[in-house]
Amino acid sequence: MNDIAFPTTNAIGDLVRANFPASSAYIINGILGIAAVLITVALIPVFLVWMERKVAAHFQARLGPMRVGFHGTLQSVADGLKLLFKEVLKPAGADSFGFFLAPILPATASFLVMTIIPFDHHLQVTDLNGGVIYVIAISGLSVFGILLAGWSSNNKYSLLGAMRSGAQLISYEISLAIIMLLIVLVSGTASLREIVLSQQGTVLDWWIFKLPGLGLVAFIMYLISSTAELNRGPFDISEAESELTGGFTTEYSGISFSMFFLAEFVNMFVAGTLTTTFFLGGFLAPQIGLGTVDLLFDAVPGFVWFFLKTCFIIFLFMWFRWSFPRLRVDQLMELEWKVLLPINIIVLVLGAIFVAQGWILP
Amino acid sequence: MANYAIIGIAIFLGTLFVGGAIITSKLLAFKTPHSRRKVEAYECSEEPIGDARIQFKVGYYIFALLFLIFDIESLFLFPCVTIFKKVTAGSITETSPAVLFVELGIFLFILLSGLVYAWKKGVLIWE
Repeated sequence: MNDIAFPTTNAIGDLVRANFPASSAYIINGILGIAAVLITVALIPVFLVWMERKVAAHFQARLGPMRVGFHGTLQSVADGLKLLFKEVLKPAGADSFGFFLAPILPATASFLVMTIIPFDHHLQVTDLNGGVIYVIAISGLSVFGILLAGWSSNNKYSLLGAMRSGAQLISYEISLAIIMLLIVLVSGTASLREIVLSQQGTVLDWWIFKLPGLGLVAFIMYLISSTAELNRGPFDISEAESELTGGFTTEYSGISFSMFFLAEFVNMFVAGTLTTTFFLGGFLAPQIGLGTVDLLFDAVPGFVWFFLKTCFIIFLFMWFRWSFPRLRVDQLMELEWKVLLPINIIVLVLGAIFVAQGWILP
Repeated sequence: MANYAIIGIAIFLGTLFVGGAIITSKLLAFKTPHSRRKVEAYECSEEPIGDARIQFKVGYYIFALLFLIFDIESLFLFPCVTIFKKVTAGSITETSPAVLFVELGIFLFILLSGLVYAWKKGVLIWE
């Protein structure tokens, strides 16, 4: 049983196991892991909001936030505190239950996906053997939050924004699911930890390179679909200020709004971690086949590599946002159903052929 | 099963965390006196006309149906793709790679022809 439980660290996990009977030690380790993930979830938006503003500013040759803390590092803490002390306004005619339930769903869903992400060899709350299906199922929950928010707000902008977001999310979710199926197909397992372990070896053993050509195509497809799933970059029609005011968050203020905001940034982090897990070798150090460099890279803890790779993917998401013009809603739907979906299904079939023929780099 | 018990605890603690933040804010937040203007729906300073739950495009419904089909499809494909590598490696001998591949192909072909049909009927055009 101890083999299934991945404690927060080896040392703490062993300490708990030494002092408690096996079954309760397992649960205690799980709760410790969940607590650690909750703290991470609370801190990630603070960092990512600052990063987003800084990246955006430097793309436009500005400085961005500079006043609060060193180079504005405490700006997002200040913003978060401000939102905590703001009153939550409920518009007349809004559905109370739905209005207050809606922000809880996306925030909880984004946190729940984090519980099965392997941050390091022994840094994972729990590992499910159907991890990929769990990811697909749980990330689908945030759509309910968005639709509920739009419907219960009693505001026409909210309703239309929520409908657009919902249509966008469910469309691009299919592409994501099919690429995840491709990774399950080529690695032969659905557990996220074992998907990472199937990429052991050099850099060429990561799934982005291991399937000659196909891996890169799948990676690009996954990035495009993730960007759309995050409602950002060129696909941010649901928050198009010029048409829909604030989309489904128009009527939200104070902490309820910041919960949607938190979910958005945690989702961005989760998308980065999943891309890293599926294509970039997760917590494995990049091995390039040079003896000393490899030893040096191997000495760096796995979670450092994991966060570096994740930050790189997140930087790509931010880069997209300032590089491409926003798509219209019809272009967005046609891109998914007429371009991405057929390509992804072909990629899946090709993946099956590659596995059957053994066209995988050794 | 113990892994799923952990997930259950995570669902409980996660909801508690988010709900706790909202309740904390409710206790801490500054409040302004109630007025009619304050609770009015925000429509860029216009007076809202009628109810907000208006009729909207039926197109959303069609895309929801398409989503349902393809999402279920990925769920049905899941067992097939999970064992595919083990079958080709020979560690599962109940079925052969050729059989699995043909099954995968037929299933995807039927779905893709559905997509092509919807495409030809003009369902995928967003007006």
